[in-house]
Amino acid sequence: MQWRHKDLLDVSQLSLDEARHVLETARYFQEINARPVKKVPTLKGRSVVLFFAEPSTRTRTSFDVAGKRLSADTFALAKSGSSLSKGESLKDTALTLQAMSPDAIVIRHSSSGAAQFLAERLECSVINAGDGRHAHPTQALLDAFTLSQRWGSLKGRTVLILGDIAHSRVARSNVILLNLLGARVRLCGPRTLLPPGVERWEAEVFSDLSKAVRGADAVMCLRLQLERMQAGLLPDLREYARTFGLGERHMALAAPQALVLHPGPINRGVEISSALADSGQSVILDQVAAGVAVRMALLFLYLTRKPAE
Amino acid sequence: MSAVQLVVRGALWGRKKVDVLVAKGRIAALAPAARKTRVDGAEEFDAAGLTLLPSLTDCHAHLREPGFEYKEDIASGLDAALHGGFANVMCMANTSPVNDNATVTELMLEKARAAHPGGPRLYPVGALSRGLKAEELAPVAELARAGCVAVSNDGLPVPSAEFFRRAMEYAWDQGLRVIDHCEEPSMNPGAGMNEGAVSGRRGMTAQPDVAEAAQVARDILLADYLRIPVHLAHISCRRSVELIAWAKERGVPVTAETCPHYLLLTEERAADFDTAAKVNPPLRTSEDVEALLAALESGVIDILVTDHAPHAAHEKEVEFDRAPCGISGLDTALSLTWGLVEKKRLSREAFLRAWTTGPCGIFGLPVNRFQVGDPADFLLFDPAARWEVTAGNMRSKGKNTPFAGTVLRGRVAAHFLGGKKKI
Repeated sequence: MQWRHKDLLDVSQLSLDEARHVLETARYFQEINARPVKKVPTLKGRSVVLFFAEPSTRTRTSFDVAGKRLSADTFALAKSGSSLSKGESLKDTALTLQAMSPDAIVIRHSSSGAAQFLAERLECSVINAGDGRHAHPTQALLDAFTLSQRWGSLKGRTVLILGDIAHSRVARSNVILLNLLGARVRLCGPRTLLPPGVERWEAEVFSDLSKAVRGADAVMCLRLQLERMQAGLLPDLREYARTFGLGERHMALAAPQALVLHPGPINRGVEISSALADSGQSVILDQVAAGVAVRMALLFLYLTRKPAE
Repeated sequence: MSAVQLVVRGALWGRKKVDVLVAKGRIAALAPAARKTRVDGAEEFDAAGLTLLPSLTDCHAHLREPGFEYKEDIASGLDAALHGGFANVMCMANTSPVNDNATVTELMLEKARAAHPGGPRLYPVGALSRGLKAEELAPVAELARAGCVAVSNDGLPVPSAEFFRRAMEYAWDQGLRVIDHCEEPSMNPGAGMNEGAVSGRRGMTAQPDVAEAAQVARDILLADYLRIPVHLAHISCRRSVELIAWAKERGVPVTAETCPHYLLLTEERAADFDTAAKVNPPLRTSEDVEALLAALESGVIDILVTDHAPHAAHEKEVEFDRAPCGISGLDTALSLTWGLVEKKRLSREAFLRAWTTGPCGIFGLPVNRFQVGDPADFLLFDPAARWEVTAGNMRSKGKNTPFAGTVLRGRVAAHFLGGKKKI
């Protein structure tokens, strides 16, 4: 498949064939990652800027590893110590980076729409590594990859996304991609953590975890940010953990061998019980490995795309 | 008729062709178009094919001077008003320093007279509270004497019902009405995005329309209780419209305004994180658009205003959640709302009330009804002219408009103020 997109802003840009192609390509790179020597020269001489304007360790490292395994040069730019913290606008930071002629910029930013903002102004590829509450397409793709490694196809499978849906870019991108790949999506969380208009999403919405989890093939827990208590959206962690924390008793209601996912970093004992996170049902570390393979696939596709005529 | 200084011939007034005669800066006659008989010493203006309209009044504009002259100044704002069809402009107090004392009011008036001695006329709105902090009352009597025609905390809500009630009482004793920016400050103030399907889907910080309606309800109840009028700024949603309708049925002294963008755009316009569509209150839904149009037609919403809020380009070219709220409106308001008349979404009568007699009645400003002795403030509008909304076609320094790139129909061909041709 000839890749046609310049930017990856969200999974909503991808057709079913394109999404499958990303997963196919990732499978190939996953094999490379299992070799003793994990580096290939595919992107030698290409450069990728990792522009993380919001704290992130795992996603940045994952992109860094992905780029290096393809022999691309990666340059990390964090917000602290960067010109952004000195009051430079995102536009000027972007133009400055562009002047250094990278082939792609991977951006993580706290504002929804920040990736699109860059993409509209830059000639190089922009890969969204999470923008505000809006989208996290590489996470959704690695989650789908993880599930497909276990299941083959996602078609007809039921995936429950649990927790703070309202503030989650992971949930937004996953709802779109899981539906595209033929899975059935359920959402569960307290009303205060559900987004407005959720009733019109392609998902079944639950407020009772025991009902939501019934028969599910996978449960995707979301990280709970502690600011939600201060904002008056939740009483306290204890009540949240008891009402919406995923435990083994819930998994007993799910489909046999149902999988447990979490984008990390996890709060053990809050959104997921510690025992469950370490159990055989958990694919949390598979997700991390999938992240590298999927990001290799994406860097490969976006950096070797045929420029539009 | 020897004093006649100007004869405008053959303009379209409704469905009739008329001549307008002006003497001493005032309307001397509006008569059916007659055979061309020269009036000695009078200037002639051939208005064939042009639509006659009284000059408009904008009761809600931010002209940014003093303090933010890089966004707009009084001279450029009034220039945009002149070319946009306005004779009277009320400017809000959120300048720097805030217009909470006579010195600032007088400065504004001086700047206006110096730049536009023959109009458009400027009518400052004084601050309701010192520094717009909603803690202490501004010296309303001093502001009234200096020339303020209303007081408002516009741009910032007044959280305390008690403070707002006392401000209404005190200001009304000085003959000034309070204009309230209704926004419950605990609900994501200034988000500039409606809470709903779009914000949920796109993960945008947003504010529900209830934040506006909650303070509309408070103000209505206070106006009813105190029997003191209150004017509600930039109404954007059905919920507020229903409350105002309820109030008016009961004779509560409340008046209300809305803006062209709330009649023409919905929250979908901001779905691509376009900061030009970030405005406070935010663009709502098509259901709200319909409710506002019906309310404007019926008079539940009394008037139209621009809420002209110019910003510098670099301030809007940032992430959506960091951009300031506001739309530059003086250049486009007339074409946009006349377009509603042409599309039969709004009657000509409602249009004229909303932009002329309505606002002038509420705030006691001079108005031209084309009756003998009225100020000869009118414009000749070319309804067929097409113009593209571009930075170069706007007189305001603020080019921030969600209508940028749109081709609008209808433009001011000539604007007479006090019988003198200004453009």
